[in-house]
Amino acid sequence: MIASSRSPLIWVVHLSVLLLVLLWTLPTAGLLISSLRDKDQLAVSGWWTALSTSTQNLVYRAPGADKQVEKDGKFAIAGNLLEGQATGQVSAFGFNSREPAAFQPGQTADLGDGEKLTVQADGAFEIVADKAMEGTRGQRIFYTAAVPPRFTIDNYLEVMRAEGIGASFINSLTVAIPSTIIPILVAAFAAYALAWMKFPGRAILIAVVVGLLVVPLQMSLIPLLKLYNGVGAFFGVPAKTYVGIWLAHMGFGLPLAIYLLRNYMAGLPREIMESARVDGASDFDIFVKIILPLSFPALASFAIFQFLWTWNDLLVAMVFLGTGNDSLVLTGRLVNLLGSRGGNWEILTASAFITIIVPLIVFFSLQRYLVRGLLAGSVKGG
Amino acid sequence: MQQLLFAVMTMAAGVLACAAYFYGTNWVLDRIFPSKGLTGKVASRNLRITNAIRPWLFLGPAMVSLTIYLIYPVIESVWLSFHDKSGQNFVGLSNFNWMMNDGEFRQSIYNNFLWLLVVPAAATFFGLIIAALTDRIWWGNIAKTLIFMPMAISFVGASVIWKFIYDFRPEGSEQIGLLNALVVYFGGSPEAWMTLPFWNNFFLMVILIWIQTGFAMVILSAALRGIPEETIEAAVIDGANGLQIFFKIMIPQIWGTIAVVWTTITILVLKVFDIVLAMTNGQWQSQVLANLMFDWMFRGGGDFGRGAAIAVVIMVLVIPIMIWNIRNAAKEMEGR
Repeated sequence: MIASSRSPLIWVVHLSVLLLVLLWTLPTAGLLISSLRDKDQLAVSGWWTALSTSTQNLVYRAPGADKQVEKDGKFAIAGNLLEGQATGQVSAFGFNSREPAAFQPGQTADLGDGEKLTVQADGAFEIVADKAMEGTRGQRIFYTAAVPPRFTIDNYLEVMRAEGIGASFINSLTVAIPSTIIPILVAAFAAYALAWMKFPGRAILIAVVVGLLVVPLQMSLIPLLKLYNGVGAFFGVPAKTYVGIWLAHMGFGLPLAIYLLRNYMAGLPREIMESARVDGASDFDIFVKIILPLSFPALASFAIFQFLWTWNDLLVAMVFLGTGNDSLVLTGRLVNLLGSRGGNWEILTASAFITIIVPLIVFFSLQRYLVRGLLAGSVKGG
Repeated sequence: MQQLLFAVMTMAAGVLACAAYFYGTNWVLDRIFPSKGLTGKVASRNLRITNAIRPWLFLGPAMVSLTIYLIYPVIESVWLSFHDKSGQNFVGLSNFNWMMNDGEFRQSIYNNFLWLLVVPAAATFFGLIIAALTDRIWWGNIAKTLIFMPMAISFVGASVIWKFIYDFRPEGSEQIGLLNALVVYFGGSPEAWMTLPFWNNFFLMVILIWIQTGFAMVILSAALRGIPEETIEAAVIDGANGLQIFFKIMIPQIWGTIAVVWTTITILVLKVFDIVLAMTNGQWQSQVLANLMFDWMFRGGGDFGRGAAIAVVIMVLVIPIMIWNIRNAAKEMEGR
């Protein structure tokens, strides 16, 4: 665009854009990678080391005395420290939390009472004693092991099942889909009236819509909460229902919808409508048969906005749907998990990724409409 | 699943009801005041009447909805802010009086002020830089898409993403948060960033800047492309270099758009709630107005008077931008 774009400075541009892109994508990438890592590895090493072998200090509890086998007059308990992991390398071990790395693999540690512990580098261990061992609690073995990277979808399975993410996913869909579709017709009719019909007070109504675009949601919360409680008590129905939140989302989304659609419709050529009117079509016919089909791009833009907004919303859902366990949407569930499972990053990362995957799919597949809507939606400066 | 079925059915019912309303009222209107097939005075009178009534049929549902969900609540909130916690008894200005003397409220105002200073400026700045840079390279569109992506992520999701980056482990143990890992790598000692008063505000702001830069970039990029080529060519002929062209030719031509981006983000900042709730819930002196308001809505069984008073403060802060928007829209209408 600028004539100097062929100068050697272009490399500086390439590099700085690359740096900015990395800055903007790394946080999300870290979340995705972490959510796919084994939870023990996730807890002790950063996600940027996910592909390298990690050294971990671990504890293994050997089976109890009931698992011992008699062999040549000696009693032995055998097994493998790295059970369930495909490969790994033990670099040190010990039997005491004060000296967890006292012995090298292959050495034999004297546990006292004539019991001897041997651990091999591949994790195989054997406790050998001269007389029968007693007690149901097995010997604790501390070891340091190099564990190869491991990726798994267990975290996702766990949060879908145990943490209520699956149920919340359904709740979020239940909130978002009708909240997106229902306002469209209402807004489209109003937008047509404001764009092409002549009646007194039209300019004032448009000004009101522009003004309402920026009214903070906070102004509406308390009065509507009171109103919903009142309506609920009067008719003997619960105050926090899906119907309530659909209507609330519709009310809050209408100013943007009307504004976007009005701007778009006002830009359609006047001749189309005039020739239709000459042919005897009423406003209703013109709207349904001509304007509505032509406005598809603007309708799509608004639908994407509204879907992203209702899916990502936390405030409206918390106030109008409540914070009960059954009624939490994904964002609300995530906030709860942040409080209750604050340190369990395998749960948090997997849950967070589930909550953002739907908007991301919408974003990447319909980006064109989103950009168009953004450009039309911001009030143009003088 | 049953619930989803219910949702889809309600949706279908809602859409059908809307369609039935619009179609039905129009049909009734055309029946009562027919104009087709008639001639003369009756027809033109009927046509006039239907033309006067029809806009209001089209506008009806939207106006009812806007009135219930936005206009009435604004009035009611103002009214409630002069009443006690139950909303029954008039207490004059005592809610506002309480506010002025409440340490937490003053903290929120101070923090909101910081947010207003930093976030719109930073997001617009980065958006402008990225828009200008990506226009010059072949993979600019891919870069833009990736930077625009956080826009689709919810504030809560973004909070989890960044909380992971700010994660803190005591000194000596392996840091799994990126920021502390970097600090340790360069020889510093790890910090629990969220609990550092004052500075934690900036760590929260980073999240919103991360989300909003894409928005600023998209709008400003379109504005930069809309600049007439001739002005730039003329500057090149006059011997201006790249930086001069950018700052002296391009920026002045898109001031209007920069202002729009700035004000849009400003409004968003005033309403910021999710990020603070999810990251700190206002602890460690990071409270903001919107979260404080939510807090008072439910604290101690809910204090509607104080909650409404805080909402009114947010509204008052928005009003200048609202007026500016309306005037701009009115100016644009005149041009048509």
